[in-house]
Amino acid sequence: MNTPSLDRRSFLIGTVLAGAAGLGGAASRHDGGLGAPSETLRGGMPWMEGTADAPPGVSGTDFRFFTAAERAFIEAAVNRLIPNDDIGPGAVEANVPFFIDRQLAGQFGRGEHFYLGGPWKKGVPEQGYQSRYSPAQLYRAAIKAIDAYTAKQFGGKNFAALSESDRDQLLKDLEAGKVELEDGVDAKTFFTMLLQNTKEGYFSDPIYGGNRDMGAWKMIGFPGAHYDYSEWVTRHGEKVPLEPVSFKGRRGWREA
Amino acid sequence: MATNLKPVDAVIVGFGWTGAILAQQLCDAGLNVLALERGPWRDTPTDFAPTFAQDELRYMWRHHLFQNLTYDTLTIRNNADQEALPMRRLGSFLLGTGVGSGGVHWNGQIWRFLPTDFLTRSHNEQRYGKKVTDGLTVQDWGITYDELEPHYDAFEKLCGTSGKAGNLRGKIQPGGNPFEGPRSDEYPTPPFVQTYGPTLFGQAAASLGYHPFPHPTGNLSQAYVNPLGAQLGKCTYCGFCEKFGCGNYSKASPQTTVLPYVMAKPNFALKTESEVLKIELSGDKKRATGVTYVDTAGQEFFQPADIVILSAYVLHNVRLLLLSGIGQPYDPKTGEGVVGKNYAYQTMSSVNVFFDDKLMNPFIGAGAHATVIDDFNGDNFDHGGLGFIGGAYIAGMITGGRPIEMIYTPPGVPAWGLEWKHAAAKYYLRAMNISVHGSSMATRGNCLDLDPTYRDALGRPMLRMTFDFSENDRKMTDYLSDRAGEVAKAMNPSAVKVNKRTGSWNVTPYQTTHNTGGAIMGTNPRDSVVNKYLQSWDVPNVFSMGSGAFPQNAGYNPTGTVAALAYHSAQAIVSQYLKSPGPLVQP
Repeated sequence: MNTPSLDRRSFLIGTVLAGAAGLGGAASRHDGGLGAPSETLRGGMPWMEGTADAPPGVSGTDFRFFTAAERAFIEAAVNRLIPNDDIGPGAVEANVPFFIDRQLAGQFGRGEHFYLGGPWKKGVPEQGYQSRYSPAQLYRAAIKAIDAYTAKQFGGKNFAALSESDRDQLLKDLEAGKVELEDGVDAKTFFTMLLQNTKEGYFSDPIYGGNRDMGAWKMIGFPGAHYDYSEWVTRHGEKVPLEPVSFKGRRGWREA
Repeated sequence: MATNLKPVDAVIVGFGWTGAILAQQLCDAGLNVLALERGPWRDTPTDFAPTFAQDELRYMWRHHLFQNLTYDTLTIRNNADQEALPMRRLGSFLLGTGVGSGGVHWNGQIWRFLPTDFLTRSHNEQRYGKKVTDGLTVQDWGITYDELEPHYDAFEKLCGTSGKAGNLRGKIQPGGNPFEGPRSDEYPTPPFVQTYGPTLFGQAAASLGYHPFPHPTGNLSQAYVNPLGAQLGKCTYCGFCEKFGCGNYSKASPQTTVLPYVMAKPNFALKTESEVLKIELSGDKKRATGVTYVDTAGQEFFQPADIVILSAYVLHNVRLLLLSGIGQPYDPKTGEGVVGKNYAYQTMSSVNVFFDDKLMNPFIGAGAHATVIDDFNGDNFDHGGLGFIGGAYIAGMITGGRPIEMIYTPPGVPAWGLEWKHAAAKYYLRAMNISVHGSSMATRGNCLDLDPTYRDALGRPMLRMTFDFSENDRKMTDYLSDRAGEVAKAMNPSAVKVNKRTGSWNVTPYQTTHNTGGAIMGTNPRDSVVNKYLQSWDVPNVFSMGSGAFPQNAGYNPTGTVAALAYHSAQAIVSQYLKSPGPLVQP
């Protein structure tokens, strides 16, 4: 096999970009398109040291997107979506609010894989997400609108101050699209995203900040990021006693 | 102003499965070949190493390997009375991008269509009468199973496909699919070993008199070296196949089967992050002179070529044909024109099966790990009095147990709250899914054209998709879902949930990335875009690959047929077209 060659100018640009942007830059190289300069590849399978597409995990414990009031809303909501008990952790105990915060502060929050261009029309439900809001904007607008709604309905209280049963009922009404919210927020669209993000934070790899101590995986019996179950294939119906594993601590993965 | 580049013999637009196959075939014939791929380079150790490949959030839910809609999407609607709006998030189908494209993040389900699937109109009308196709614009393909058989065989060998033949040269074989067309050879590797759930499904199906067999798979049952010298490893059942790249070289993909060979060819080059804007035509519009593409710096280039291979995804191929003025655009009002006609999909439903007393361990999975019955697919059963044509395979299938996507809860359990959590905790290990993978028959109103309002980041009109499930397909999926429910009940479960396909097509929930049609093949230019060699009737040095050529979609995953058509096309280019460039079929 010949030595793989790269167009030299592209290679230099690629190296500089990856170096300047660190791990985030390396990740965006691989993401979806328009991430890197064009390259001409010939003479074999190209491979470049130091470009592995390791996941952009999170570090620290500080909230970067939610205000204190928004954080109170999120904790009060996800606590009802997945409550805590002795069967397994609740969403708050699994650190889901922190997970959602970091998601909204990053690529997902900015809607980097969404098409958000205009014109913006409501369409029919079959046409799916039709908001101009990015996910971060939608959360910000929806929390404000829901707090305004509860203030009107419950004598000035915001959502976080409601009783568990009132919160449950309001979440059901949001889910059913029964609540009219201000600022063009579609209740059902927001609820759907909140529930999805809550389950994501509950069940995704702990490198993203949720699923604390892999508690959700332990509860259901998912062994996590194993890559070889060969010996268990024909052991039908047996309990697989593997402890769950995360990407954390593996070779090839480091915190951003 | 575009910069003119040095001519090549063939330019390949899009570098997934069909682009890789055509590159290999044309390079072997000595042509100087350039492939243009709009997305990035991708390889196993860099992009999906086993240290980080099993990441449900990043790949499935954050769409890391998929097309980024910010730059390019399409508009969607159910019918012509609605205004089409942009698909703002991926959902129903997950479009690929980058080298290998969907071939990187597919499940590896490798099927052949039935011989009668290629005769959708003539066979069904002959057996059931002309009325049976009322309201459908289905067509025969203009190619037969027998013509494609050697090419199906070639793709199965390229991939090292694991399976059991059901029909070897006309002789029915125990353990395989007795309904399949005659095969010239056995699968290259033995069938995939089944875990508990698919095994129970097979026993239940057999107890009802059906004919279960292991799903043919590109997740390999043992190590294999393919005819191009590429080595694949034995699948480890990690359960991260569809939507993920395989870190273990166990899933057939362009990367694991073709690229090591073709990338080393001295007469081949690949340009990444280079998006083709248009196929350029001669003054009389009878010949393509090459393609114009733009790189990520915004620089435009004209790449002259003697042959243009369109091997992007079906939706991009159709849009490029429309943007380039190749072929008459289809008009659903009059039924005239061809480009964009007969867009079809796949009609999916499912059944969840719950066991209080058995562990399914769904995390032990693989993309095509299933036991299947084909008794109700295509015309394998008598449709007399049923009011529809087509069918589905029914598969007791465990592709993995990725918990954000694949927690099944019994009927009546809400989607959140303590009751949901308790059901998730109890049934994650004790449930499995039966997939009902149905055909999609073409109708006059289901089509593709250019959107009048929305444009992509490059300023081009988006593709507009008009689609809803036909009456025919609703009856089919109802009937098939009931049959799947019966098999589920025969598994002696504690509960069964039949998830029928109801309502109009909805872009949000994931269904399948099996979009077909719009650049359909046929016997004459009045009702098709390409001939049986996938050669444009209008511009004979343009060949359009992929599932766009399907006049309607059968009840199987399309990749096997897509690849077989590509090999068939490549063989015709090499053995006939190069000697005498021009139409390979006289209209």
